[in-house]
Amino acid sequence: MTTAAPEPKANMGQPIPRYDARAKVTGKAEYAADMPLVNPAFAYLVTSSIAKGRIDTINVADAKGVRGVIDVFTHENSEKLEKAKLFSNGGYASTTIQPLSSNEISEEGQIIAIVLAETFEAAREASYRVKATYTAAAPTSGFDSPGTTTAPAKGQVAQFTEDAKVGDFPKAFEGAEVRLSAEYETPPQHHNPLELFATSCVWHGDSLTIYEPSQFVHGLKHGVATQLGIDPDRVRVINSYVGGAFGCKGSMTPRTAIIASLARRLRRPVKLVATRDQGFNIATYRAETQHRVELGASKNGKLVALRHEGWEISSRADAYAVGGTATTTRLYDCPNVESLVSIVRADRNTPGFMRSPAEVPYLFALESAMDELAHQLRIDPIELRRINDAAKEPIGGKPYTSRAMMQCFDEGAKAFGWAGRKSEPKSTLDGDWLVGLGCAATCYPTHMAPSAARVQLRRDGRVRVEIAGHEIGNGAYTVIAQAAAERLDVPVDKVSVFIGDSDLPPAPVAGGSTSTASTCSAVIMVCDQIRQKLFKAVMPGASLIDRAKETVGVGQTPITQAARSNQPLDLEKSFDALGVSLVEEYGEWKPEGAPPDSFRAMHKGQVRMVGGSDMKDKIAYAFGAEFVEIRINRWTHEVRVPRVLGVFAGGRIMNPRTARSQLLGGLIWGVSSALHEGTEIDERYARYVNDNLADYLVPVNADTPSVEVIMLSEQDDQINPAGVKGIGELGNVGTNAAVCNAIFNATGQRIRKLPVRLEKIET
Amino acid sequence: MRPFTYFRANDPSAALQALGSSATANNPLVEAESQALAGGTTLIDLMKLDVMRPRTLVDINPLASAWSAVDLGNGSLRLGSMALMSDVADNPGVQKNYPVIADTLKLAASAQLRNMATLGGNVMQRTRCSYFRDTSYEACNKRNPGSGCAAMDGVNRTHAVLGTSDQCIATYPGDFAQAMIALDATVEIVGRSGPRSIAFAELHKAPGNSPQIETTLAPGELISGFAVQGAWPRSVYMKARDRQSYEFALASAAVALDVQSGTVRGARVAVGGVATVPWRVREAEALLKGRPFDEQIARRVAEAAFSGARGRRHNEFKIDLGKRVIVRALLQAASMEI
Repeated sequence: MTTAAPEPKANMGQPIPRYDARAKVTGKAEYAADMPLVNPAFAYLVTSSIAKGRIDTINVADAKGVRGVIDVFTHENSEKLEKAKLFSNGGYASTTIQPLSSNEISEEGQIIAIVLAETFEAAREASYRVKATYTAAAPTSGFDSPGTTTAPAKGQVAQFTEDAKVGDFPKAFEGAEVRLSAEYETPPQHHNPLELFATSCVWHGDSLTIYEPSQFVHGLKHGVATQLGIDPDRVRVINSYVGGAFGCKGSMTPRTAIIASLARRLRRPVKLVATRDQGFNIATYRAETQHRVELGASKNGKLVALRHEGWEISSRADAYAVGGTATTTRLYDCPNVESLVSIVRADRNTPGFMRSPAEVPYLFALESAMDELAHQLRIDPIELRRINDAAKEPIGGKPYTSRAMMQCFDEGAKAFGWAGRKSEPKSTLDGDWLVGLGCAATCYPTHMAPSAARVQLRRDGRVRVEIAGHEIGNGAYTVIAQAAAERLDVPVDKVSVFIGDSDLPPAPVAGGSTSTASTCSAVIMVCDQIRQKLFKAVMPGASLIDRAKETVGVGQTPITQAARSNQPLDLEKSFDALGVSLVEEYGEWKPEGAPPDSFRAMHKGQVRMVGGSDMKDKIAYAFGAEFVEIRINRWTHEVRVPRVLGVFAGGRIMNPRTARSQLLGGLIWGVSSALHEGTEIDERYARYVNDNLADYLVPVNADTPSVEVIMLSEQDDQINPAGVKGIGELGNVGTNAAVCNAIFNATGQRIRKLPVRLEKIET
Repeated sequence: MRPFTYFRANDPSAALQALGSSATANNPLVEAESQALAGGTTLIDLMKLDVMRPRTLVDINPLASAWSAVDLGNGSLRLGSMALMSDVADNPGVQKNYPVIADTLKLAASAQLRNMATLGGNVMQRTRCSYFRDTSYEACNKRNPGSGCAAMDGVNRTHAVLGTSDQCIATYPGDFAQAMIALDATVEIVGRSGPRSIAFAELHKAPGNSPQIETTLAPGELISGFAVQGAWPRSVYMKARDRQSYEFALASAAVALDVQSGTVRGARVAVGGVATVPWRVREAEALLKGRPFDEQIARRVAEAAFSGARGRRHNEFKIDLGKRVIVRALLQAASMEI
């Protein structure tokens, strides 16, 4: 594995080291639970051991007797909070199941009591002494459990509006020369970021400060204000660093308002750090999915019919679906397409976003099926994709703004030695090891959302950027600094970036790979406002302003040509002319096609995300190709992954070093989603069993000895001012299929249900 | 974690006195009022989980100065119980004459844990059964004798197929113990009534009707060391697992062979990850003795080793996997250049 920063190619920024690297490796970066508090009370959660039923009695007397315990709160003595609306239904919350509001239990691990004590240790000890008795009902644990209810996602999920369809699938499939029909399944998975779910709440009078790891500080602020029934401007969320999130810190979980309410009641700060196992239940996860893919093709490999049906588990309370058919029906050129997504309800906690929510499970199905079809047709899997490459998506006929999928495959094939692959399965044996190569496509919609920013420029060239973005390991500090440095023509070390604070101008949720595209577009626009101010000072004249009106782009403020150009600034001269030492600009940027209420929503902590397949007359995606070598021991059937390669094209790469790091982590996570991760459920009780990092497997270094990333140069001027497609979720899509495709090549055995475990290999 | 008294024992007699004052033989280990603390890599976890609830922790780390020697004699080996896993794994003499021991240690846990954990603590480590480690499940005969076994019909992919009873199917998770039992090691024990030695095979107790009792150590006794007679340069430890490091065995095999002029003079085979206790397969290994080695005989050994195995819903595969691991280990041992 190379560790050197990649050389920037055309349309790539400089691979400068991570802005926050030193702070992180020296332990100076302050995470939510590190924030110092004056005289905090420590909270410890007590959670339900049943998944369905009701609490009959809850005895807290023993717990209260533990030295240092302040109080114990249950549904009997907790403040009643306002109901929360689900994030994906236009609200803020990860779930509408509100713990401590009644004696009803609707999920395992539901919070049933909170102990508050002078020390964490006393709170934990007391938690063991809270005794609940239940009347339990038999829960429905998942797909195979009796009692599920199934209904189409469309109509239940606000954001899932279309079961994509074009042409006449049944007829075309019926008449196809070659047909394939296969079923696939992905397991429940939990994000398991290293940083636990921590929340500290501090009141100053009627103002609340929250320290909590968050991918959306403005959303959390408004969500908590709603639940507490207070003015959102009285709530501030501060979070400089997030220790891993992957989606589980994107929406408000019930714990935050509860802790805030307890802090208000106690009149002192309250600090909660939930345990690893509690984290499996008090936040979201990727629910298990099932798929049926039907492909019809001509003998020469042209797709004539494609149908993708998906089923997803959700809770009884909430309809949540990822609906990946929006992508899988548009990836390949095919005239007859049909799709359907259904939600299957069980007695589980509400699932939520997990890195590449829709694409990870749905492309596993489609990209496995494409490999199966290639084998059936005796066509190289890369060639099959070339034959069906699409310049326009088939559903609405909209052109891709840019699409370098086949360039990625070709570059990858060369670098990986694809030409040496034997297409006949089980034909390479190296000692005791069966060897196979596999590949799969990856893609991810280019998403953008409205964002505001404030930028200050001083006479000496120092820059201060304020934007409530989020550093979730994505390199937000770094690329925002680079965007400002580039536009204002100052060295990057002159730029200070302030993010992760809801008192700063709002940025969207750090989810859907929107962050860099949105925050950098806003910062670039506001920097151009500053450039305009400076140019105006030295070049007064009406014509400049008139021209500005003509060049109003997708931003809100008229920007002149001079400001938009790369014409250098003369700071001394401009500041002299202005007669000030500091210029500050605030601006609000929204992407093309954003709805009219975008900025209003932005200031209410809501996101109007656009892009991907939702654009009016075009479709924007980032693409890639992934390659995996698999070795399987013929005795023990252990699966090894000696080599992984990903080739990606994601528009402008702001920083090849941090981008590589994102993609590298994505590829490893992709391997993990095929071979390691899977939450095990005890069906009798609908309980998660392997709820710790010893039993919930993620790969270690020994599992991924060589992972390589190649980034292709790509320029796309049709997406956003930053030219960025977003690569945070591109890396871990398709990897699971590439792994299983390689296993097929090695063994001749097709694995359609993840995770792969050695007992599933039969060779 | 519940409050406890911490007592630092500066010598063995102080440790034995502190430990012996309150321990009782027939209660579940989880209820023992005193616990010895060495590396703490299992005990502290289980205390946080409220599985172990000792009133007194007796820190025996000062005993390391007396009990951590690695002595390679002339064709023999003695390991102090307080020797660290990492130190023994890195010992060149152990690597040369007892590769199976070095491998069991090297392939266990993570570097960080191996740097903390002692050999004595390692053989005493507790099962990883999820239902044992989570006190919100009432049914666990190991924790609450007579309460039942949640694993029996629960998620039991990692559970045992050998040495089980209708009371408990929890797997003994360790690796080093498989090398010890394979090599007929002796366990040196000290107690208030003086020192004694037992065969390693007598240390652990299969669950039977009392899964709460896991070893034959009397209350307050401590392991001071392990001794092995004879050198076993032709030996290997094979460990199949779900990831390549920091993971317990799904099935493992500790194998030692003495092959002269193509004929097996001596053979030792133990299996791990599949049994409730460290598991020697004496009848199976006897098939090898006096025979020329080949794959066919290796397969017969493997079959015999698992002849009494009983799988359940998720762990049935371990029977086949365990056999395959034995064959692979034997083939590798037989082909070693020594």
